[in-house]
Amino acid sequence: MDIYAHNILDHYKNPRNKGVLNEADASCRSLNSSCGDEVTVFVKMKGEKMDKISFEGHGCAVAMAGMSILSEALIGKTVAEIMTMDLSDVQKYLGINISPRRHKCALIGLRSLQGALKVRADKLKE
Amino acid sequence: MLDYRSHFPLLSRRYNDKALVYFDNAATTPKPELVIEAVNKYYREHNANIHRGPNFLAEEATNLFEDSRKTVAQFIGADHKEIIFTSGATAAFNLLARVLGETNLKTGDVVAISQAEHHANIVPWLQLKERIGIELKYIKVNESGDFETSSLDNILHDKKLRILSLTQASNVLGHLYDLKTILAKAKEQGVLTIVDAAQSIAHHELNVKDLGADFLVFSGHKLFAPSGVGVLYGRFELLDKMSVFFGGGSMMSEVKEQSFEAIEAPYKFEAGTPNIEGVIGLGAACRYLQSIGWELITQQEKELAQYFLQRLKEYPFVKLLGGENNRLSLFSLVLEGAHPHDMSDLLGEEGVITRAGHHCAQPLHESLGISSSLRASLAFYNTTLEIDYFFEKLVAIKTRLS
Repeated sequence: MDIYAHNILDHYKNPRNKGVLNEADASCRSLNSSCGDEVTVFVKMKGEKMDKISFEGHGCAVAMAGMSILSEALIGKTVAEIMTMDLSDVQKYLGINISPRRHKCALIGLRSLQGALKVRADKLKE
Repeated sequence: MLDYRSHFPLLSRRYNDKALVYFDNAATTPKPELVIEAVNKYYREHNANIHRGPNFLAEEATNLFEDSRKTVAQFIGADHKEIIFTSGATAAFNLLARVLGETNLKTGDVVAISQAEHHANIVPWLQLKERIGIELKYIKVNESGDFETSSLDNILHDKKLRILSLTQASNVLGHLYDLKTILAKAKEQGVLTIVDAAQSIAHHELNVKDLGADFLVFSGHKLFAPSGVGVLYGRFELLDKMSVFFGGGSMMSEVKEQSFEAIEAPYKFEAGTPNIEGVIGLGAACRYLQSIGWELITQQEKELAQYFLQRLKEYPFVKLLGGENNRLSLFSLVLEGAHPHDMSDLLGEEGVITRAGHHCAQPLHESLGISSSLRASLAFYNTTLEIDYFFEKLVAIKTRLS
């Protein structure tokens, strides 16, 4: 696994889409209980397609770069596509091999996004 | 100086063609050959359940197990009847919280701990809060790691205080607490006292009678023994009166269809087949440390701590949590420009084993205003050369990350 990879360090140091998204349809906060990392994700949809993603929080390079990369890469994806994504998808976007001890770090962004989409779905049901 | 490294098979492990620098002793210590051999021998030669079976294997195993109880008792200055073997410090805390909660506490009673506690000395009390409505109060810890005097006084004067449960050393701040006077004050008011010795046990000589604790807990795996075994020490007169926790085999003198009678302490707290090889390993670990001697262990660790603190001053981007006084050779660091998790991972790639996170002390990290730290925890067998290597790699990684 190469945390030093150019795109990882770039997104870690200059995270894209950081901040609260006021017009968000839903948000979700996730914690990584073993390391204290924390992410809150905001999503704005256009129909069933992802329109905007932003996030707040703190964490390691893998977690933060992963979140930042997803916030760009998943625009235009459908709810169904995002809900079925898993570690292998995140790995593709990050472009590095992720060792098992960092799985939780890599997944915190995707899990928060999926959480936010679930919150939105619950809201729509009401 | 003797080369203690050769006593520990783990330390000859190489990774990425680099020597192992084991700076994670607060999480778990490596095991000396003697301990591994004791566990191995039990399975190869004895392998019997204890306290039952009229055959020679059972007798040998029982003797080894009970010899360990005596060794551990002597190791901490207790009587062997005051040593309960548990699966670890966490199990010991849960036993105490449940049994004392059922018999000694009622709604509104106060249990006090400090902000420097491990989750094992927090959550069981929070569970009691949920179950019977006790109040959990915290003694504040200041920047240098000490208990805040006014906060401590307030709690000691609380008329509803029933249990005071404190750590002898913080697993984050590395601060060693002098609990003797505090415990004596609590005792004067009839408050039960519990000491968490999980972090201190492998670094300083302990005498429970001199310390004056009613109960004391620790885990074997932080004391060079196998994991899955720990100790609950309790003053015999208290253990004798306490009701049992786990029910099952070997803790009863008689079981009828509708009733049972428990045997005497400490055995009444050891239901079921215990971690026999773990207990035997724990006895071997205590004997190993005694063969080295406390004088040498504390002197060696003091020198390591002084050297670490001295080297630390060269790096302004590294902030140490807690003060320098009364410190174990345990250092939690916050690094400007590098997340602890990345640093720990990348140090590992250089052969340096550390830990990152909140080290099961989330309330403490919250009170310090941080979410995680990088912890380097040393033991007597570590060397100043290893400390040099640690800082060399720390700087190199930080430079690449920022």
